[in-house]
Amino acid sequence: MLQSAASDLGRRRVVVTGMGMVTPLGLGTENVWKRLVAGESGIDRIHAFDPSELAAHIGGEVPDGPTAEGKLTISDWIPVKDQKKMDRFIQLGMIAAIEAVEDSGWKPESEEDRCATGVQIGSGIGGLQTIYDASITVYEGRAKRLSPFFIPSALGNLVSGNVSIRYGFKGPNHSAVTACATGVHAIGDAARTIMFGDADVMVAGGAEATVCKLGIAGFCSARALSTGFNDRPKQASRPWDRDRDGFVMGEGAGIVVLEEYEHAKKRGAKIYGEVIGYGMSGDAYHITAPAEGHDGAYRAMFAAVRSAGITPGDIGYVNAHGTSTMADDLELSAVERLFGDDGRKVAMSSTKSAIGHLLGAAGAVEAMFSMLAIRDGVVPPTLNLDNPSRESIIDRVPHQAQERKVNIALSNSFGFGGTNASVIVRGV
Amino acid sequence: MSEIADKVKKIVVEHLGVEESKVTPEASFIDDLGADSLDTVELVMAFEEAFNVEIPEDAAEKIATVKDAIDYIEAQKAA
Repeated sequence: MLQSAASDLGRRRVVVTGMGMVTPLGLGTENVWKRLVAGESGIDRIHAFDPSELAAHIGGEVPDGPTAEGKLTISDWIPVKDQKKMDRFIQLGMIAAIEAVEDSGWKPESEEDRCATGVQIGSGIGGLQTIYDASITVYEGRAKRLSPFFIPSALGNLVSGNVSIRYGFKGPNHSAVTACATGVHAIGDAARTIMFGDADVMVAGGAEATVCKLGIAGFCSARALSTGFNDRPKQASRPWDRDRDGFVMGEGAGIVVLEEYEHAKKRGAKIYGEVIGYGMSGDAYHITAPAEGHDGAYRAMFAAVRSAGITPGDIGYVNAHGTSTMADDLELSAVERLFGDDGRKVAMSSTKSAIGHLLGAAGAVEAMFSMLAIRDGVVPPTLNLDNPSRESIIDRVPHQAQERKVNIALSNSFGFGGTNASVIVRGV
Repeated sequence: MSEIADKVKKIVVEHLGVEESKVTPEASFIDDLGADSLDTVELVMAFEEAFNVEIPEDAAEKIATVKDAIDYIEAQKAA
């Protein structure tokens, strides 16, 4: 391990000045956060299609309804003629990006400022439903009728593309594709893009919309989804609980505006917090299963702590990857190894218990929850943690949110392929 | 206005999301109605589907205005 590597201290500082969120608990960062802290769940029987022939019938879908109620009316955000050019993951990503950019108040007027503003929004899978629909068109012998918008609607980097076009952001335009680690990689890489001086502002995060038949069927075949709680959807996502039986697929998007600290201060921007650490690792073990002891998770967290120039004991809250699968206890072991005796002082929860697993959007949404926990002095709960499959000195915040002063928080995301990423944030 | 012209107009309104009053015969898809090159590809496909005609690529390239589309389809239908 690179124990001797220097920390990132002395680099340009990166803060968060805007947030946007679309989740199964609704639209709008404050709305989602309030409901999350209140212990609400966004999991329900799937509405998008009839799931009865599949093993899993439940998911976390963004609720349809009036915009004023924090629900989804796509036409309020994206003109009808443009909707056919964007798979749902792009639409959800655009909505979260619009909220984040407007929340930040950053409107670059000069060419120089536009060129210093980039976008790094990823997706774990991309336009799965669009690919499904197009495949049917081709299968039916109508290949010549394939929409010219099929490819730009399906491509994983097209939230980044569409956001840059909408706002004229001409800086680095990038997109992480690392399955369920996408959101953290996007934020971490975007932060480093600013630290290295390639941009002053980056719009960063992830978007995903795979609560579709192909998506659910695929993860069912991989034996990854919960199938035993179809009649009790809100109890299905139960990280660390002994009765957990797989993750619950969610959809949505989480987008932040990252900004160089002096740049943000100079324009009087509201600052949510600072990205101080980022760590990555690979398992080199198996395409879907984490290695024994989740050594890769440990190394990603360790690298993040090192880059932040802190010690694990400085961390007050961990937003776990905690998908409600067998891997939960492996992550727990890695976190226990990282903290040692300091584990008694830390709170760790999995907000996937409330919104499901947003795949490529998960890490971004969860990093934002971590920052809001610091801001409000409250850590969100792990729902349905009735009987932990094993005990731990680490408080996993069962059932109810806790008031807790947190200065520094860590958020984990791990993806198929054995890719792990951790990001550390603190209040400013 | 012919039935074909009516239908063409309707398709243009629907696909490009423009006001019906703007869809005059002289209106250019790209210059006046905000279409880009992919929009025009999709429009031609919609015409093919709606009128059950084949519009080969070299002919499609010459369809720049609403009138061009109507004339082409009327000629195909008359043939």
